Amino acid sequence: MDIHLTRAWVQATATAMDQHKDHLTQLDSAIGDADHGVNMQRGFTAVVAALDGYEAAGVGDVLVKTGTTLISTVGGAAGPLYGTFFRTTGKQLSGPTADAEQLAAAFDAGLAGVQKLGAAVTGDKTMVDALVPALHAFGAAARAGESEAEAAEKAAAAAETGMQDTVPLQARKGRASYLGARSIGHQDPGATSTALIFRALAEVLKS
Amino acid sequence: MKKLINAPESVLSDALAGVAAAHPELHVDTQARVITRAGGPSIGRVALISGGGSGHEPLHGGFVGTGMLHAACPGEVFTSPVPDQMLAAAQAVNGGAGVVFIVKNYTGDVMNFEMAADLAGDEGIEVATVLVDDDVAVKDSTWTAGRRGTGATVFVEKIAGALAEQGAPLSEVAETGRRVNAASRSFAVALTPCTTPAAGKPGFELAEDEMEVGVGIHGEPGRSREKLEPASAIVARSLDAIFADQPLAEGDEAIVMVNGLGGTPLIELYIAYADVAEYFAERGVRIARNLVGNYITSLEMAGVSLTVCKADEQMLALWDAPVNTPALRWGV
Repeated sequence: MDIHLTRAWVQATATAMDQHKDHLTQLDSAIGDADHGVNMQRGFTAVVAALDGYEAAGVGDVLVKTGTTLISTVGGAAGPLYGTFFRTTGKQLSGPTADAEQLAAAFDAGLAGVQKLGAAVTGDKTMVDALVPALHAFGAAARAGESEAEAAEKAAAAAETGMQDTVPLQARKGRASYLGARSIGHQDPGATSTALIFRALAEVLKS
Repeated sequence: MKKLINAPESVLSDALAGVAAAHPELHVDTQARVITRAGGPSIGRVALISGGGSGHEPLHGGFVGTGMLHAACPGEVFTSPVPDQMLAAAQAVNGGAGVVFIVKNYTGDVMNFEMAADLAGDEGIEVATVLVDDDVAVKDSTWTAGRRGTGATVFVEKIAGALAEQGAPLSEVAETGRRVNAASRSFAVALTPCTTPAAGKPGFELAEDEMEVGVGIHGEPGRSREKLEPASAIVARSLDAIFADQPLAEGDEAIVMVNGLGGTPLIELYIAYADVAEYFAERGVRIARNLVGNYITSLEMAGVSLTVCKADEQMLALWDAPVNTPALRWGV
């Protein structure tokens, strides 16, 4: 992964948020407050604008810039959480390139940042339900010596499974938690946007 | 969706332009999205800053002014503000005695204010946070994000704001805010849902003869969905829920707010207040002060929220202190 690919990943994520805005909002209106799609779209549009003309010295710079822009523009819980994920991940990557193992370690730091802030664990019906399996799959592939593209494909698939697995869960964090048992049967919007982010990474690394 | 707007994307900036035009006594930074008092910081005094998603007007911008808030940070509709806004607000209004963040307990608000407190701390601004969580409709806080912050926010902002105006130190202002929150309980019932401009359709659906009992200020579902009842029954079940959580005994004094959710005619709020007054009278609890009107709304939702604060002498004295804001004004 180099600076160019990192930028491409963020751009592909922005495109995905644009395309899936209404779907995310629809999922969020069932168990949240119907703003996840529009917030993510606003945030990543701002990220693309912020990266335009931005001179990055390393992979990490692109991700830190992405994170700080998300924190400044998204609002809600998604802004601080995704912002922290990208920012903390980026802070671990100082070089102009990152291999699969370096990326895996940086992602794990990003996840730790998210869990420190949001205090969510697997099964709470949040983005963590997609993020944890994605990073587990990415790390396992990286340690087995697989390429970044292979690791990213496994991460995307695991995130999508994790996303689908949120359907039968009862929410214990965020606004959906107020629904209690009524949150069962709905897919978590945060896990869905996380799956989009890893699908974008897999697509970019594949090409 | 039928709304008096120009475009869904520009709702907040268009509304802020209106606030700026209507209230020369306020300063509206439309770029930073911060509303402050026009006079600048009060040197040597603690400054109160609140914020949250828009769509709950007059909360919070309508409570900026002498005796209440120093700054308000409006987010997009039903979306918490971002840390940059609270940092900009803290920089603008810190008079050297520190700032109090008044935060309604929602996951997003808590996280964004927490990040802002860190950033402000890095700049040498002392920050104390008062978390408001008064909604008794949320029962099992172990398995949820905890009680939601609703009507008690108005009480906290008024009473802590009066204390800050008197020159009390940061810790005392924050502690008093927490005391007001701890003494306050709210419960709401919705008769109709509300529609955010971005979503374009109602956040939930209610049949013509249904009501949502224990609804949140963003239309979050409450305890149950029931057949519509007369005002007296709605008031009784709401106050039963409040009193069950915090009993008030004969001889106690209370500040009571009967609050519309944006779509309730004032005449109906007075019908509800008559039932509230009777409920309290039957129990020998004195309503020492009251508010009847729209103070913390949910866009165009119809329904009512009741907030009861078990008040002591200090709270009542601070409640009576002068306040001069767009939405609350007395003693001036």
